[in-house]
Amino acid sequence: MTNQITSFHLDVLKEIGNIGAAHAATALSGLLQTKIDMKVPAVEIVTFNDMVERGGGAEKVVAGTYLQIDGDANGGMFFILPVEQANRFIRKLIHDEQFDLQKSENQELGVSAMQELGNILSGSYLSALSDFTGLKIYPTPPALSVDMFGAIISFGLIELSQVSDHVVVIDTSIFEESMEQSEQVNGHFFLLPNPESFQSIFKALGVE
Amino acid sequence: MIGSQNVVKVGIAQMDLVHSPATIRTSGLGSCVGVVIYDSTKGIAGLIHIMLPSSSLAKAGQVTTAKFADTGIPALIEQLKLTGASPYRMKAKLAGGAQMFQFANANDTMRIGPRNVEAVLEELKKYSIPVLGKDTGGNSGRTIEFNPETCLLNIRTVNQGVKDI
Repeated sequence: MTNQITSFHLDVLKEIGNIGAAHAATALSGLLQTKIDMKVPAVEIVTFNDMVERGGGAEKVVAGTYLQIDGDANGGMFFILPVEQANRFIRKLIHDEQFDLQKSENQELGVSAMQELGNILSGSYLSALSDFTGLKIYPTPPALSVDMFGAIISFGLIELSQVSDHVVVIDTSIFEESMEQSEQVNGHFFLLPNPESFQSIFKALGVE
Repeated sequence: MIGSQNVVKVGIAQMDLVHSPATIRTSGLGSCVGVVIYDSTKGIAGLIHIMLPSSSLAKAGQVTTAKFADTGIPALIEQLKLTGASPYRMKAKLAGGAQMFQFANANDTMRIGPRNVEAVLEELKKYSIPVLGKDTGGNSGRTIEFNPETCLLNIRTVNQGVKDI
């Protein structure tokens, strides 16, 4: 399937990344009372190992929110924040300047804030996607893990790996407006549709 | 020379071999399993980064050997033999197979870590290769590095520090 996808198709998928992430960025901006900006989405067909590099490398410590999508389209979705950036957001949300996801004590409130942030952002991304395409999609409740990016993203590649050695990734970065220069603190939305879902997505958008 | 020695890196669904004093590593194992098979007398070690338990799960025609336990382990043993390792001296160590996310409704995909570990152990048993160390399960990602000279597998996690097995 992935070899039938042309550059025109990739452009159509970019629009999905654009609309989804724009809604999520607006939600994040409202929550934090901070200006959040986003980059032009990247849509690429990559190997698993290139996918790992997209998120900053296998060992980069991130806060990863993951959910699966069922319904008219299937796949996985990640909201990935480098752990330093996750800490910044959480500190603002819970008004605790000392909070650190990597320290073990007094974690509960911050972790639950991070979970909620992941819920809200992935929810706004996906509802925008659903409105735009008219597809019915049912996300599972998101789960959070703070760990190495490679360990987190590979879980979302399991389904795909049964079909292909490549993944079509719709990648949109968001960042605090004041921190544009620092690639290190970009958050990423990764939408990874299962190969059999592309047909339904393109059909829904009137592209064959 | 200490500190400047060669480290061979192995990616997802890949495998490779090293001769001492070089070491071999793979980073960010989650539900995947890293398996090292080595011949200490010859100072040769092979590492494979396995994603899935069985090639029967492959839904498309072509099979990437190193992705699956049931095709990857035999291929790694074969490569080790070709470089002079003796199948009778081969030993194994492994790490990974974690469950990175806790979901309420655990389906088969969620249990992929433990299934990978089971499949690897079964395959090693088939070839009568003793497992001298393993650090599997849990819910932490792991980076592993094997030194064929000391035959120690170094395991690094984000939340639980570093250890050698």
